This record gives sequence, C-alpha cells and structure tokens, in this order.
Amino acid sequence: MQPIIEVENLVKKFGPFVANDHLTFNVGQGEIFGFLGANGAGKTTTMRILCGLSSPTSGKVKVAGYDVYTQTENIKRNIGYMSQKFSLYDDLSIAENFQFYGGIYGLSVSKIKERTEELLGRLGFSGEKNRILKDIPLGWKQKLAFSVAVIHHPSIVFLDEPTGGVDPITRRQFWEMIYETANEGITVFVTTHYMDEAEYCQRVSIMADGKIVALDTPGNLKDTYKAATMEDVFLMIAR
Amino acid sequence: MSPSVKVEHLFKSFGNTVALDDITFEVQPGELFGFIGPDGSGKTTLFRILTTLLIPGSGSAEIEGLDVVKDFRKIRDFLGYMPGRFSLYQDLTVEENLKFFAGIFKTTPEANYELVKEIYSQIEPFKNRRAGKLSGGMKQKLALSCALIHKPKVLILDEPTTGVDAVSRREFWEMLARLKKIGITILVSTPYMDEASRCDRVALIQGGKLLSIDAPGKVILGFDQPLWAVKTDNIYNLLTDLRRFEATRTVFLFGQYAHVTMKGKLVSGDPITQYLESKGHKQIEVHKTEPTIEDCFMELMK
Repeated sequence: MQPIIEVENLVKKFGPFVANDHLTFNVGQGEIFGFLGANGAGKTTTMRILCGLSSPTSGKVKVAGYDVYTQTENIKRNIGYMSQKFSLYDDLSIAENFQFYGGIYGLSVSKIKERTEELLGRLGFSGEKNRILKDIPLGWKQKLAFSVAVIHHPSIVFLDEPTGGVDPITRRQFWEMIYETANEGITVFVTTHYMDEAEYCQRVSIMADGKIVALDTPGNLKDTYKAATMEDVFLMIAR
Repeated sequence: MSPSVKVEHLFKSFGNTVALDDITFEVQPGELFGFIGPDGSGKTTLFRILTTLLIPGSGSAEIEGLDVVKDFRKIRDFLGYMPGRFSLYQDLTVEENLKFFAGIFKTTPEANYELVKEIYSQIEPFKNRRAGKLSGGMKQKLALSCALIHKPKVLILDEPTTGVDAVSRREFWEMLARLKKIGITILVSTPYMDEASRCDRVALIQGGKLLSIDAPGKVILGFDQPLWAVKTDNIYNLLTDLRRFEATRTVFLFGQYAHVTMKGKLVSGDPITQYLESKGHKQIEVHKTEPTIEDCFMELMK
C-alpha cells in the first residue's frame, strides 16, 4: 500500500516534557488506521502535527506527500478533520454548513452543490437540507459533520473521538460511513475510547507515555498478547 | 426498607422538547444503580432534578424520603454530586478545592479523610497543583473526592467516565464498588454500554423514556431472539450482503463480527453460510452467540 502518512523518528517536546518520543509509522492510502492510547499518552500532540497545526521538534513527517515543517498550507487543503467538540454551526441550516465548509476549502458553487446532494443523498437526508442544525439529534449531527469533513474529497480524514456519547445504532451507522469512505480511497485516521471500534480498524497503534508501544492489525495484536478482545490488549499494554 | 431514591411519573419539558417522559423508578439504600443511554436521552436532566438543581415539570422525586422541591436544603446536606462537566475551581489548588468543599458542608478534610483516602492519596502528591493543570484522570479523582468529603448518603455521578480511556474507566468502577461496600447509594450515568455489568441494576434510557429497568443479567435474558455472530474476510461487503438477504431481521456491526437476528426460526446457521457462499464470501464463520447489553439496547430502541 502506498503510504499517505510517513512518520520517522518524530519527537515533540514542550520544555523538558517529551510528548512524542521517536515515533515511526506509516499509514497507507485508503487504510482505516486506529490511533489509540490512554489519556495523556500524546495522541493529540501527534494529531496536531499531522494536521499541520504544530511543528515537530525533530524527525521527518510527510502528510499526503507534503512536509509538515514547510508545507502546512498544502496539508490543510488535503485533509479533513472532525471531532466530537469541533462540529458544525448550530444556527446555520444543513445546506449552509455545507456551503460554508465547501467555501473554506475553495470549492466552486456548482461543486459544493453537487457534493452536498451526493453526501446528503447517501445519508437519506436530502429532504432536510434547510433544517437548522440545532434542531437535529446529536447522532445525525455527527454523521453530517463527517460528511462535511470529506466534502472536498481529502486524501485523509482525521476523526478525533467521533462517536463519543452517540447511541449504539448511530455509532454503527457511523462506522459504516467510515468503511464506505475508505472504500473510495480516502484514508481514515481515527481515535476512540470504544475498544470494540478498535476491532473495526485495519491496523491500530497504541501509545503510552509518548511512545508507540504496539502497532499491528487487531488480529495480530490479539494473537501476540493472547487476548480475546482489543480491550484486553489495551488494558495489558496501555500502562 | 424504604427506598433511598423514589421517582414517580416524572415529566420535564424545555419548550417543545420533552426531556423526561413519565419516569418512574426506585433505588434501594446501598444500591449501585446505572443509567445507560446516549447523549440527549435525558440522563443529565433527571440528575439535575434529583440533585435539586432543576424543578420537575410534573410528578414527584424523593431522596431519603424528602421531596426534591420542598426539602431541597435538607437533601443537599447528604447528597454528593459530580456533574458531567468538570466544575471545581480551576485556579484553586487540589488541596484548596477539597478544603473548600468540606468547608461549605461545615466539615474538614481531616474529619472524613478515611472515606476519601484511597482516592485522594493518589492525587495528594500534587496537592499544591492548581486543579486546572491536572490531567483528565486526576481531575476525575479530585472531583470524586470533593463529592465525597461531606460523607454523603447518596452519591450522584453524571457520566464520570465519558472521554476517559479504558484503563482509567476500569479503575473508576473499582472505586465505586468500594464505596458501595460502605453503604453509599450510588446513581451513575454512562453512555458506555459495557459498563452496565458493573451495576446492581440498570435503567436503559432513550429519548426521555425508560426502556427497561433490571439487573444487567436479567436485561440480557429478556433478549428473546436467537443471536448469530457472523464473520467473513470482508466486513463491509458482509454487512451490505446480509442486509440484502431477505431472511435477516437485524444486522449490526459488533467488533469483528456482525450480530444478526433472523425473521424465521433458525436451528442452525447453515442458511446464512449458504447464502454468504453464494455471494462469494470467503472464510465464513457463523455461530450462535450470547447477547450483550448493547444488543438489548438496540433491540429496545426499535
């Protein structure tokens, strides 16, 4: 698989504190990559670097072929980002949110219209596009936020705990959207605290104290640690 | 034995939104009682009424026999509350926060130290650090210490494990189990279905309505459909194909498996296997499986 994220000996320090300690990993194009770790393990620091929001202290990092030290603007144009916290505008309608984000990513008016129709159609939400976002249930908002994050057809979409607090049916529908997106060749880089979701990833890495302590397919990790579930693997090595 | 918490036909609306829709339940003294449901299901509204911070629309709620509206001052003396959002003073130190909360209940950290010792001792090395500078796990331990420092009879915890990693979640539930042993009544809400098994009884809540109240094991016994776990080499195609299969009733993703219920009575998994073979799936695995709370929740949501 052609790597779309290349990380070699990434180090990030804040004063004397080493948040990321010589990370090395690749993520392939169209892969669903789970980025796991305990709170405070250093995941957010890495995510910010990969999104072009923060510079490494040392190491080589390329995202979508661009260098994180010098080409952050190109990186931002080629990625999508969604988290539970950073979401859509509550007082705009669904269509207006799509217009706004499409505009930010520099899509033409006709392209925005085309993508909006396509993405809402897939959600079965075409008839609802003029509804104001605040009247829409949380689970739907998360699905819409995901659609907006891929409106510009990025190379990679970063999902930071996208399913927190979502009901179990919607959580599963969300993962089916992730599969669909990966099938189109978009790389999905996802963090989660739901360990059953770790099983849905093609490969997962587990961070502890700023280091990657495990990186493999869920199946191989379970074999290596002789564990029945990813939750057991996580409990064994995350601390 | 009179119940520690008694709620009857409780309703609450905000404008046109019905947040709580005819909620009735009781919690016995010393019980560890869980509310399990997604965001927006009404858990926080219910807890805000029980903690006397919000007035019910209609219906009644009593804590230790006292009414949440009429007797709110008395109730506050013996109630411990840990809100979902971190609400200690960020610019006070760890120690100052604990002293402050003990002070408003006219006690001192020393008087009830035994109760919080096990939890507080883990953050005591950082007692001079400001609360705002603590990590998520440490904030959670401080908040629990502050909610316990006046030795409450009833402890109400609103999503204490949300956004917390799997290791810290497990530790937190172990702490709750120890508090239960001392006889404190505990009401706790969570969006994580797998935490249900840690409770004596659970209420499943969705859209302001209680779907079920029972011991976790009994909730699972209530799942009256045979459940099949199905796996092939391509999970995405598997889900798509199973949904197209007219004999399937429900198809849900579950870790590396799809959990499936069928329309007719099925004695063996062979029809599923044959169908998947006809669709070209490889490495087909079909076996019967035990439902989890999450299977039950999704069944009840329908």
